[in-house]
Amino acid sequence: MRGKQNAVGWLFLTPAILLICAFSLYPMISALITSFRTGTGTSMSFAGLSNYIRCFQDDVFIQSLKNCVFYLIIQVPIMLVLALVLASALNNPKLKGRGFFRTAIFLPCATSLVAYAIIFRSLFATDGFVNLIAVKLGILDSAYNFLSHPTSARIVIIVALIWRWTGYNMVFYLAGLQNIEYSVYEAAKIDGASALQTFFKITVPLLKPTILMTAIMSTNGTLQLFDESMNLTHGGPGNASITMSHYIYNMSFKGVPNFGYTSAMSFIILIMVAILAFVQMKVGDERE
Amino acid sequence: MKKRFVSFMLAAVMSVGLLAGCGSGKEEADQGASKGDENTLTVWAWDQSFNIYAMKEAEKIYQKDHPEFKLNIVETPWDDMQTQLGTIVGAGNYSKLPDICLMQDFAYQKYVTTYPDLYLDLSDSQIDFSQFAEGKLAASTVDGKHYGVPFDNGTEVACYRTDILEQAGYTMDDLTDIDWNRFIEIGMDVYDKTGYSLLSVQAGSSDLIYQMLQSAGFGTWKEDGTPDIAGNENIKQCIEIYQEMREKNVLAVVNSWDEYVATFTSGKTAGVINGCWILASVQTAEDQSGKWAITNMPALPGVASATNYSNQGGSTWAITSNCKNTELAEDFLSATFAGSKELYDTILPSSGALATWLPASESEVYNEPQEFFGGQQIYSLITEFASKTPSVNLGVYYTEANMALATAVANVSGGSDIDAELKTAQDTVEFNMGK
Repeated sequence: MRGKQNAVGWLFLTPAILLICAFSLYPMISALITSFRTGTGTSMSFAGLSNYIRCFQDDVFIQSLKNCVFYLIIQVPIMLVLALVLASALNNPKLKGRGFFRTAIFLPCATSLVAYAIIFRSLFATDGFVNLIAVKLGILDSAYNFLSHPTSARIVIIVALIWRWTGYNMVFYLAGLQNIEYSVYEAAKIDGASALQTFFKITVPLLKPTILMTAIMSTNGTLQLFDESMNLTHGGPGNASITMSHYIYNMSFKGVPNFGYTSAMSFIILIMVAILAFVQMKVGDERE
Repeated sequence: MKKRFVSFMLAAVMSVGLLAGCGSGKEEADQGASKGDENTLTVWAWDQSFNIYAMKEAEKIYQKDHPEFKLNIVETPWDDMQTQLGTIVGAGNYSKLPDICLMQDFAYQKYVTTYPDLYLDLSDSQIDFSQFAEGKLAASTVDGKHYGVPFDNGTEVACYRTDILEQAGYTMDDLTDIDWNRFIEIGMDVYDKTGYSLLSVQAGSSDLIYQMLQSAGFGTWKEDGTPDIAGNENIKQCIEIYQEMREKNVLAVVNSWDEYVATFTSGKTAGVINGCWILASVQTAEDQSGKWAITNMPALPGVASATNYSNQGGSTWAITSNCKNTELAEDFLSATFAGSKELYDTILPSSGALATWLPASESEVYNEPQEFFGGQQIYSLITEFASKTPSVNLGVYYTEANMALATAVANVSGGSDIDAELKTAQDTVEFNMGK
C-alpha cells in the first residue's frame, strides 16, 4: 500500500520535476559546460579553466565585484535593521492605523523593478524633484548632479534599494513576530524591562531564524543586482556603479559576445552566493 | 481504489494540459520567418515613425505589381534585437529569425564576423550596389562581399535656435564652417547673455568624441586592427575640447536619453549636434517651428585633415539565412529600397529618412523648403554634407571601444588624468579582444 502511495506522490511531482529539469537544471549544466569553452559567437573551443582565471584579470569585473560588495555591506545591514525596527513598531497592538502603515511600507515591493529605477533616476536628475526641494529649502546652493559622481551615484542606488526592499523584509519579521507569545512581552514589562531591552533580549533572539533567512536572501539578491544598475545609473559614471550581472549582460549582448567567459562570470557569482550563504548559516546555527 | 484512479487521471490530464499549453503558446509567440506562405516576409525593425513606417510604404509600393505580397513587421527595439539575435544564433535555432532584419551600421561588422552564416551574401543578387554611397556601403561590406541593402544615413548636422542666437548677437553664418575654439567662444558668449548652453550630451556616452574624431577621418584602430587609444593625440584633443566645453557651460551633460531630448525640446540648450536622425526629435517641439536652422558641425582646430562633416549611426537591411524565399526578399528590396524613387519621395518629407541610394537624391523633394527650419532646404544641404563626410572604419569591436572611451570621458570629467585613462581604455579593449 505504501509503495503505491509513493508512486502516486511521485506522479504528482513528475510535471514539476520535468519542468525544473528542462528549464532550470539543463540550462545550468549547459552553462557550466559553456563556461569551460571560449571563442566569439558560435565558434567556440574547449579552454579548461582559462575563463575563470580571466575573470580575476578583468579590471572591470573586479570593479563590478567591488561595487556589489559595497552595496552588500552598506545596504543590507541598514535595510534589515530598519525592517526589524519598523516590524516591531508596527506589531504594537495599541498603534492606530497599523494596517495602513504596514501596507504603505510594503507597497514599494509591488512596483516593477524597472519602473521604480526609472522613477528614482528622474527624482535624482539635475532638474529632478530632490534637487528642486533641496535648492528651495536652501540645503544646496545649486542643483547637484547626483548620478554623475561615483559616490553619490552609489548612494542613490542604496537609497533606492532600501526604499524598494525594506517593506518586503518587514513582512517576514511581522510574520515571525506573530509566533512570539504576547505574554512573554507582558512578563518582561512586569519585570521592569525597558523597550530597548525587550527588543534586544526578546525580539531579536526569537526572530533569529527569520533574520538569518532575510540576510541570506538579501545577500543573494544584492550580488545579482541588475535592474538598478542598468536603468538607474546605466552603470555610470564610468563603471563606478556597475554590478556584476550588468557587466555580464554588457559582455554577452552589447559587445562581441563570448558566452564562455560570461558563463564563467555567472558561475563565480553562484560560488560567492553559496559561500556567503554557508557562512551565514554556520554563524546563525545555534546547535553545538 | 477508485480514488487513486481519479487522482491518476487528474495528474495525467494536468501534465498533458501543461504540455499542450506550452505547444500552443509557442506557436502564438512565433515571430520567426513565415513558413508555408510564399508571399509573406517577416521583418524586424525598431522605430514606428521611421524605419517601420518606411517598410510599410515599401510594402505598398511592391504590392502594386505583386498584389498577393504581404509583410509581417515585428517591432523589435534594438536592445532586444541584440539579445534575441545572440540567443537564437547561440542556440543554433535559426528558424526563429525573421526574413529581413534591420541592423545598426556600427554593429554590422561584428555580426557578420562573429556569426558568418547569419546574413546572406547579396553580392550576386540583382541589387545594384554601385548606386549606393560608397562610405555607407562600407559598413555592410566584409571582405568585398555585400551583406545588406543600405537604408538611412546618419550624416552629422548642427541645429541651432536662431532666436536665441539673435539675442546674443549671432547669426547662422557665424556658426558655419567654424572650428571648436570659435564654437567655445560663441558658446560662452551665448551662455553669458542668454543662460542657454549651445550643446548637450548624454553622460556615459562617447558618441560626441567619435563624431569629432570622424570629422577629421580619425578612428580608434590601427591598420592591423589593434586598438589605437593609449597616447592617441587626436582622442586626447577631442576629450580636452569636451572637458573645456563642459567646464565653461557651453556643453550641458545630462544623465539619460530622455533628459537629452528634453534639453533642446523644452529649451535648456540652444543647439544640437548629432546624426541627422535627431531632426525627428527636434521637430517634436512644434512650438519652436521656424526657430531652428541647420548647418555643418565645428571642425577640429589645428588638424590638417579636419572637416566640418561627420556621421553618427545609420542602418541597413539584411536578409537572414533563415529566409526560405530569398528570391522574393531580394526582389522586394531591389524594387523598393534599391530602386524606387517613389518610395524615397514618400518617406523623406514625413519621416526624414535620408536615403543613401544615390538616384533618390536627384528627387524634387530634396529641394523643398522645410517650414520648421525657417524655410531652409535642409535635405539637399544634408545630402551635400553626406558627400563630404570622411569614411572611417568603426571595426568589429566598436562597442567595446565606445564603452571604454565613455568610461574614460566620465572619469576625466571626475578629475582623472587623460593619459592614464586612455591607457586604461586601451587595456580594457585589448582585454576584451583576448580570448
